[in-house]
Amino acid sequence: MKQPVTLKINDEPYELTLDPRRTLLDVLRNDLGLTGTKEGCGEGVCGACTVLLEGKAVNACLILAVEVNGREILTIEGLAKGGVLHPLQQSFIDHWAIQCGFCTPGMILSAKALLDKNPHPGEDEIRRALAGNLCRCTGYAKIVKAVSKCSQVL
Amino acid sequence: MVLGGLRFLKGRGDSILNKPETYSVIGKSIPRVDGVAKATGQAKFAGDISLPGMLIGKVLRSKYAHAKILHVDVSRARKIKGVKAVITGEDTAGKTWDLLNRDVLLLAMDKVRYLGDEIAAVAAVDEDTANEALELIEVDYEVLPAVFDPIEAMKPGAPRIHDLPLNILKKVLVNHGDVEKGFEASDHIFEDKFATRSVIHASIEAHACVASYDSSKKLTVWASTQGPFGRRNQLSLTLDIPTNNIRVIKPHVGGGFGGKNEMLANDFCAALLSMKTGRPVKIVYDREEEFICTRRRHPLIIHIKTGVKKDGTIVAKQCKLIADSGAYANRSPRIVAMCGAWMTLQYRIPNWRYEGYAVYTNNSVTGAQRGWAAPTVRFADDSQMDIIATALGIDPVEIRLKNAVRRGDTTPNRFKITSCGLSDCIKAVAERTKFKEKWGKLPPYRGIGIACGAYPSGMRDLSQDAASAVVQLFEDGTVNLLTGASDIGQGSDTVLCQIAAEELGLGLEDIRITAADTDLVPFDLGTYASRVTFFSGNAIRAAAQDAKRQLFEVVSELLEANVEDLQSRDRWISVKGSPEKGMSFAEAVKAALYKKGLIIIGRGYYHAPDVEPPSLEDGRANISLAHSFAAQVAEVEVDPLTGQVKVLKVTAAHDCGHAINPAGVEGQIEGSISQGLGQCLLEELVISEGKMLNPSFLMYKIPLASNMPLMDPILVETEEAEGPFGAKGVGESTQVPTAAAIANAIYDAIGVRMRELPITPLMILSQKRVLNKEKAL
Repeated sequence: MKQPVTLKINDEPYELTLDPRRTLLDVLRNDLGLTGTKEGCGEGVCGACTVLLEGKAVNACLILAVEVNGREILTIEGLAKGGVLHPLQQSFIDHWAIQCGFCTPGMILSAKALLDKNPHPGEDEIRRALAGNLCRCTGYAKIVKAVSKCSQVL
Repeated sequence: MVLGGLRFLKGRGDSILNKPETYSVIGKSIPRVDGVAKATGQAKFAGDISLPGMLIGKVLRSKYAHAKILHVDVSRARKIKGVKAVITGEDTAGKTWDLLNRDVLLLAMDKVRYLGDEIAAVAAVDEDTANEALELIEVDYEVLPAVFDPIEAMKPGAPRIHDLPLNILKKVLVNHGDVEKGFEASDHIFEDKFATRSVIHASIEAHACVASYDSSKKLTVWASTQGPFGRRNQLSLTLDIPTNNIRVIKPHVGGGFGGKNEMLANDFCAALLSMKTGRPVKIVYDREEEFICTRRRHPLIIHIKTGVKKDGTIVAKQCKLIADSGAYANRSPRIVAMCGAWMTLQYRIPNWRYEGYAVYTNNSVTGAQRGWAAPTVRFADDSQMDIIATALGIDPVEIRLKNAVRRGDTTPNRFKITSCGLSDCIKAVAERTKFKEKWGKLPPYRGIGIACGAYPSGMRDLSQDAASAVVQLFEDGTVNLLTGASDIGQGSDTVLCQIAAEELGLGLEDIRITAADTDLVPFDLGTYASRVTFFSGNAIRAAAQDAKRQLFEVVSELLEANVEDLQSRDRWISVKGSPEKGMSFAEAVKAALYKKGLIIIGRGYYHAPDVEPPSLEDGRANISLAHSFAAQVAEVEVDPLTGQVKVLKVTAAHDCGHAINPAGVEGQIEGSISQGLGQCLLEELVISEGKMLNPSFLMYKIPLASNMPLMDPILVETEEAEGPFGAKGVGESTQVPTAAAIANAIYDAIGVRMRELPITPLMILSQKRVLNKEKAL
């Protein structure tokens, strides 16, 4: 039986009626059109579906939408404010930390969760924080550099 | 913004780079043109596309590795509410989709040949309904004996997978010089056997397709493809739709690495289901399907016999190679032929004999993967180079320099070597890492190793190999660049915009690229064989030159100057030598339009002159006009308690001609090192009796941010006369040496030669008894 669910996503309130089996990822992508959050594996390994649940990086494919009733979620679409890119987004662009771009939204949000908690992480801390986000294109070097450089200017 | 920290070496010896200091856009690490779209989540991938009334498609796959199909009953599936269409082999008129080998039906009818073979597909209103329908399709099988080991499969009595007397689908034989006389003339002969296991592309984006067939009989397809024109041809031939009624659009693609080069069942089934229902149909593979039923790299068994002089000069080499090709031939005949070519492209081999076998098994299907089989072949051959060097007491750097190919060489496969920075790459990594001071002298369980690589810039196929482009000039001085080139993440859209901007004398921000949509842009074969910068870049440069010539003809009248005396730079067209005598690019375009009624459209085309289609028999021919070269050094540490290999650093020197965008080249190098490290140490599709045991990112381990080493890319730039602004390909040569360099470093660390990939902790621990005691003590 469908259930009413209230979500606050990127500062916008949404009132939905959902089958309780549906994942947050499915609802974001297919009901709300927020396709910046990607599905890479559907089993919580690749991190392409990373969103921030009240600041914490989570895999949206492992969370049922009904579980997060009433909570606040940030997706990649909510990161730039007033047409201005978040410094992490800018840093990823400037440092060629993006190739195919499929892992990028999740990667940037995992990096944001790290920098919000630890504004000046060392390289090892960055690598550990991003170890749940798979990238097949870059070898991670430029991603780590982008996060590191961003942490120096923030 | 321009990145700092890049390291360039001006070419010496064979590699000569005359880089004019006057380039304004070329040679700069300009951020990619699609960066903002990708950083904000706006970039749309095929799976992100949703159309009104869209159905979800799913594919039914074989439960057995080898079986006759006696009967397929879809009647119960069709009756479910919400199921809009079910298709089987009956709907495909027995058509094959592999137009070269013709051994694979679009949907299996008589027989299935691997666990995952496609039998039927459904379209339903949602995913749950589609899955339910799949479960209700009844297939009666008669299970057949199967064979999974290529050596067993080659034997006369093995179960026959296709209607052939043997399961050998292709035997390639190459003889060059006289290998027997070469062995007789050698001072030492080395014979070694190597083997590699199965790996896969593992793009983070799965294969995805949305197909929409409308009442005007037009089929529109959004596909995760490396080349929309090839996909259009395959759809046209398999669905009997004229080419001009098919539009294939490549949205953003989440990595390909060869795996999205060819059509898979999702594209064909989505299109046919849309034709049956008149509604759009989307099929996105799940991760398990990605592992089981897309394509994978060929596992190889490689025997090498090499004869050398006392000083390490190669006199003769012989290789016998067996490739497990899986259930269908696909690219196997050519890949097995090219394995011979990869053996002979780095080091000079006066006498050469190659015997390659592509063998059918009941394992999943193989295909193209970054470098074709070159990274695996190089693992074997560059491992043996170190075996020879160690036995003869020669430094691994010196033996490679002694044998390295040079400009002007013709390889046994008839590849003609033009610009060649191989020796400089070897010297660069050796100097940077202080190789000679470290090799054989590091503390226990630390090691250093070197390997080389090479790869063509495009490979002439059997049919054709062309690229074209259109450049439209607008009256405000901006440009629309139309190209069929397909950026699948590597950054080619950016590089191609740089080429157009440089040629026209504009800034990157003046160029808008419209790419990879078969209704809008001219033909291009797409992304494979490291061809995009070389082929599409040349076509775009020609189109820009054509547009510039038309514009200069107008300007020459206005400025009363000769066309050949004009130049365009920084949006300003002027007479060479007197920059004050000129007009802005925008004014010139406006003048052409307003005074002459001339709408300037530049056309460009590139077809590599003098390349030859490969011989069907043995693959020999000069299939490419340029080759990229590489040398990498890996430094490792082996934990004797756990068997874990930690790669500490990879130093990678690459000759890709003149780098159009150095940061993009570095990205190719770093990404390649990660895939090479994965294949060397982490990755293996574990297939038992045809069943894949680890079809998940949980169990098939690709490198993480936390296990990548320090990487030190070095660009050894050469000037390739045939390349656009001197550039060559870079997408694949970068991965070729990595696994071999790491394997050689492991030998230096533990004194044991690992002859199989991946090199797992278990393999190292099982060698513990023979660990280099001298070093260990």
